[in-house]
Amino acid sequence: MSTGAAGFLERYDSVLNALPGDSALRAAAADAFRTVGLPGGTRGRPIEAWKYTSLRALAETKFHRDAAPRHEAETILANLPLLDAPRIVFVDGVLRADLSVMLAPSVMPGAGPASTPSSAFSVARFADQADFGTLTWPDREPMVALNTMLAEDGAILHVPAGHDAGIVQLISIATSDADFHPRHTIRLGENARLALVEIAAGQGAYLLNTVAEIHVADGAALTHVRLQNEAAMAFHVSTTYADVQAGGTYDSFTLNIGARLCRTEVHAQLSGAGAAAHLNAAQLLVGSQHGDFTSVVSHTAPNCQSRQTVKNVLAGRSRGVFQGRIEVARGAQKTDGYQMNQALLLSPHAEIDTKPELEIFADDVKCSHGATVGELDADQMFYLRSRGVPEAEARAILVRAFLTEALDAVTDETIRAWLENAVAGWWEKLAA
Amino acid sequence: MLEIRGLAAAINEKPILKGIDLTVPDGEVHAIMGPNGSGKSTLGYVLSGREDYAVTAGSATFNGIDLLDMEPEARAAAGLFLAFQAPIELPGVNNANFLRTALNAIRRSRGESELDAVQFLKLARAEAKRLAMPDDMLKRNVNVGFSGGEKKRNEVLQMALLRPKLAILDETDSGLDIDALKIVADGVNALRGPEFSALVITHHQRLLDHLVPNRVHVLLNGQIVRSGGPELAKELEKRGYGDLIAEAA
Ligand SMILES: Nc1ncnc2c1ncn2[C@@H]1O[C@H](COP(=O)(O)OP(=O)(O)OP(=O)(O)O)[C@@H](O)[C@H]1O
Ligand SMILES: [Mg+2]
Repeated sequence: MSTGAAGFLERYDSVLNALPGDSALRAAAADAFRTVGLPGGTRGRPIEAWKYTSLRALAETKFHRDAAPRHEAETILANLPLLDAPRIVFVDGVLRADLSVMLAPSVMPGAGPASTPSSAFSVARFADQADFGTLTWPDREPMVALNTMLAEDGAILHVPAGHDAGIVQLISIATSDADFHPRHTIRLGENARLALVEIAAGQGAYLLNTVAEIHVADGAALTHVRLQNEAAMAFHVSTTYADVQAGGTYDSFTLNIGARLCRTEVHAQLSGAGAAAHLNAAQLLVGSQHGDFTSVVSHTAPNCQSRQTVKNVLAGRSRGVFQGRIEVARGAQKTDGYQMNQALLLSPHAEIDTKPELEIFADDVKCSHGATVGELDADQMFYLRSRGVPEAEARAILVRAFLTEALDAVTDETIRAWLENAVAGWWEKLAA
Repeated sequence: MLEIRGLAAAINEKPILKGIDLTVPDGEVHAIMGPNGSGKSTLGYVLSGREDYAVTAGSATFNGIDLLDMEPEARAAAGLFLAFQAPIELPGVNNANFLRTALNAIRRSRGESELDAVQFLKLARAEAKRLAMPDDMLKRNVNVGFSGGEKKRNEVLQMALLRPKLAILDETDSGLDIDALKIVADGVNALRGPEFSALVITHHQRLLDHLVPNRVHVLLNGQIVRSGGPELAKELEKRGYGDLIAEAA
């Protein structure tokens, strides 16, 4: 099998009859992918949205789709920092009901019972009822096209109107050197609530290329927290489309720690009056890691609010990318948009690229963006050390302080404490 | 306690300290006075290990160990404490957490058990109360938005908690109101004993009324040009540095 775009297309040709769902849609995605290729790959076309992130290394990696798993999913799962809440577990892109823990009213045969009180939501699998949704743009996004071409499984989560589903964990574990293209859909009915905690981890040199489509109905609130702690040789690409209706909230926080290359792309559309989106993120990178957080927030209704605080802590020769576009449509008066990207460079070899873009077609709006780049403050370091705090601990304290604004936006205390632990774990990795 | 011999230091290749000899015996409080820019703060920084200063000559030993080779945290662990002339703000760092981290780091190095949050808060509240500091200063970010005097009190609170063997107080009296000055002096006096020494950098005789020094040294242009008893401070208060500057010229 070839590497790069050709390899993915060859596989598509060989498996297309076995894939679930709309084959015409898949074929169109394959055509789009064939035309554009992998950004940065030998035959890939230059794409503005991928200006700072090249997938050349991905294009040169051989993925062994049919190889037997090389690592134990159970062991990896056991080492994850799990919350005491229901979980839906995917291993190598395929649902593993036996590792999942669900609640009574959910519809997932084979999943074990949870220890937390029951709440209301239902889960279906993409493999059974392929749902490609309506928000994605395979024609514009090569990795979405690739996902659309090859998606096999995923979670279709529904929280009915008026219900609070509490915390649900969506876990991806990779155990072999292959490529996985999960396809998730999350729907919240009117005034429904859900805290979705996504964890991605694994072992090996794999690609996880997730697409998630999210619908937040009127007055509903989704908290979406992600911990990306993939294997050191892994590629992680995740594209999320969220549509938020009147008075609804999409409140997200992404913590990117792992993977050799990570691209988190979020498209949030505020399409009902008074909707809000918070796209906060922290990227903690070491060695030669590359972390890209790209967002497009589109205000199409009046009185909506968007907030983005993205913090990058970059050590070694790592490279951070932030691209943020805020689009305000003609009718979206009283839009309140804010975007801040900050980088703390822990090494002279680390690098950050920032590209903010405002595209405003309404006249009565408040939109601001800013970016800062700095190093650890020598006076602050000395102050801490002069109090007996060892250098490594002093750095950790100042980095934690740097992350405050983004982390403190996570209002759920259980989840925030859980994230703090993940950040603390990063320090151990850095010290190692 | 502290022995400084021929100490010279430069910043950005500009010599600031030009051969300092100073001995502070156990249990003594020494004052350092001198005009602005004479190198008093520099001396404090060099002794506590700030990296941007290059020591170009001389030595400094602390209870027999060579200070100048040690990391700042190791000096603190050995019992050295510098109260900053301009305390540093740490946005995003809770003051109580900061104090507890520092205290536990010092306790660890002494082989003592760490304090948990409850034990620590009890101790910190008691010390804060003695310094007439409101409790809410423990909850705020380190020195952020503190008034000048509050920052100085926060330095003294750190000293009281960390219980150093040698405290260098760099103009800790500046910016303090009359009552606070007395409280701070009492704070230092409370630590006084055969195992505690202090180097008190000040411009004012007033602090030395409360905190009577064993010796007073005058630092001028990077050198100690005069040393004497407590009366030297009174004399300087009256006559200024004019004569000394003329003598040195
Ligand atoms: N980064 C630097 N570059 C150049 N010169 C410096 C630097 N830092 C300090 N200095 C100089 O070193 C000299 C000594 O400064 P220091 O702060 O030690 O004085 P001081 O005696 O404490 O004065 P004050 O009474 O005003 O506090 C000053 O002339 C100051 O300008
Ligand atoms: Mg000074």
